[in-house]
Amino acid sequence: MVATTQPTGPDAIAHREWSRYTTKERWRRYGVMALVALAVVWSLSTINIIWPWLWDAPEQMGDLFARMFPPSLDGWKDIAWTLLETVNIATIATFFAVFLSLPIALIAAQNTTPNRFTLWLGRFILVSSRSVNTIIWALLFVAVFGPGVLAGILAIIFRSLGFLGKLLGEAIEEIDRAPIEALESVGASRFKILIYGIIPQVMPTFFAVSILRWDINLRESTVLGLVGAGGIGIILQGAIDTFAWQTVATILLAIIGLVIIGEAISAYLRKKVI
Amino acid sequence: MSSTVQSTGRTWKKPPFIANPVLRWGLLIATVAYVWWAMTSLPFDWDRIQDGVPRAIRIFKGAFPPSFIRGELLFDGFMESIKIAIVSTLLGLALSVPIAFASASNIAPKWLYTIGRGVIIVARSFHPVIVAILFVKAVGFGPLAGILTLTVYSIGFVAKMLAERIEEIDWGQVEAIRAAGGATFVTLLYAVIPQIMPRQIGLSIYQLDSNLRASAIVGIVGAGGIGSTLLNAFGRYDYDFALAITLCIIGVILVSEAISGRIRRNLW
Repeated sequence: MVATTQPTGPDAIAHREWSRYTTKERWRRYGVMALVALAVVWSLSTINIIWPWLWDAPEQMGDLFARMFPPSLDGWKDIAWTLLETVNIATIATFFAVFLSLPIALIAAQNTTPNRFTLWLGRFILVSSRSVNTIIWALLFVAVFGPGVLAGILAIIFRSLGFLGKLLGEAIEEIDRAPIEALESVGASRFKILIYGIIPQVMPTFFAVSILRWDINLRESTVLGLVGAGGIGIILQGAIDTFAWQTVATILLAIIGLVIIGEAISAYLRKKVI
Repeated sequence: MSSTVQSTGRTWKKPPFIANPVLRWGLLIATVAYVWWAMTSLPFDWDRIQDGVPRAIRIFKGAFPPSFIRGELLFDGFMESIKIAIVSTLLGLALSVPIAFASASNIAPKWLYTIGRGVIIVARSFHPVIVAILFVKAVGFGPLAGILTLTVYSIGFVAKMLAERIEEIDWGQVEAIRAAGGATFVTLLYAVIPQIMPRQIGLSIYQLDSNLRASAIVGIVGAGGIGSTLLNAFGRYDYDFALAITLCIIGVILVSEAISGRIRRNLW
């Protein structure tokens, strides 16, 4: 039995061909690829694109950039002032959002929430805040409070709450139980447990998350003005509407500068805090 | 003996978060001063803000119950958003791969690296809404502007993350292919790409999800998709339809987030 099969064995092994995927894997890959191709063909064939506009696009873009050059420095004072306003909107909104997100994080974390109802309430607040974009919040608040910085600040606060609350809530869920038990065993009240047991443990996350959100908010506050909610977006929109492309170029450069500086500051602070 | 008697009289105090008292109080005062200054220097229009409460009541009265009467418009808007997301993800990925290779410091020569990183920084600095405005001016209203915008947006994220992954690859495989006489292109194809493929696929799925979200907002400046429908509803004071759209956006985002999260969990 063994002797008869022996000669064919090595022969068969020598003639095997190596392949990276099994048959099943290969068919699955073809399936996924076909699905992707189908989705792309469907999108491209049914989308409402006016093709001549696309062929025209490089020329139009070139024309646009040619008009932008050289950036005009007229009204740089206005630009600098609204840039400062933009930074203030982002900072103030982050400041308030951080404080407001703390109680939400506490009720949305499984180990600190008082009961099931508050847990779901907390989660509901987080999900609804996170799934509505800042611009959409801004649209709503501009309709309510009129165009201006308040609408912008509220939009950023409402959007940041979900982000901050979610990340802080996750940090609270991961805390070490031992200090809490120690406090409970000496009869500390709930409030004292919070102050002495929970908050010190989540403090590093708290700062890291706040700094990260500030950086994001700085970017978002540059576009709030486009729906009328204050900041540099308002003069950007004004410059675009009046075809003052050279001013547009200056504003865009100012925004790049702001974003890069913001990123540098937040990177520095993160290193400092953690 | 006497020392224990003394120590019972002491009470414990929580150590302050910042040990240096000058820094601690300085920071506190600086923060308060800044908030006060910013709040007083920002141009609030208090008269208009006081109108806010009755207006909010009117808007919410108008918004409930959400109206799905123009369901077809809603459906078309979403379909357009999905198409924009698919096409722009594909285009963005196709462009991100070469840019990622160009901006990986271990592969690209110095001059190419500078160009690649420059492209990524510019693509990342602008919020998609700003990019959308420029494209709307250049190629007109409609989904085309949305596709171009989200392509730029995808490049900013995917190329950056992919470049970071390329910088982390195991160099041994590259050396092996080079030692066997592989040309530059062959080396990239057989030594680098297999190592970055899992990340690339994960990023693609994440970006599709992300583009779907963003396509809801670039429409607000006229770049097509559900955002345009939402802005029109707001402009016509159709708050019930606007609420219906917003609820659908939330629903779609939650579903797409769940799907993309699931796929990515299975991948990694």
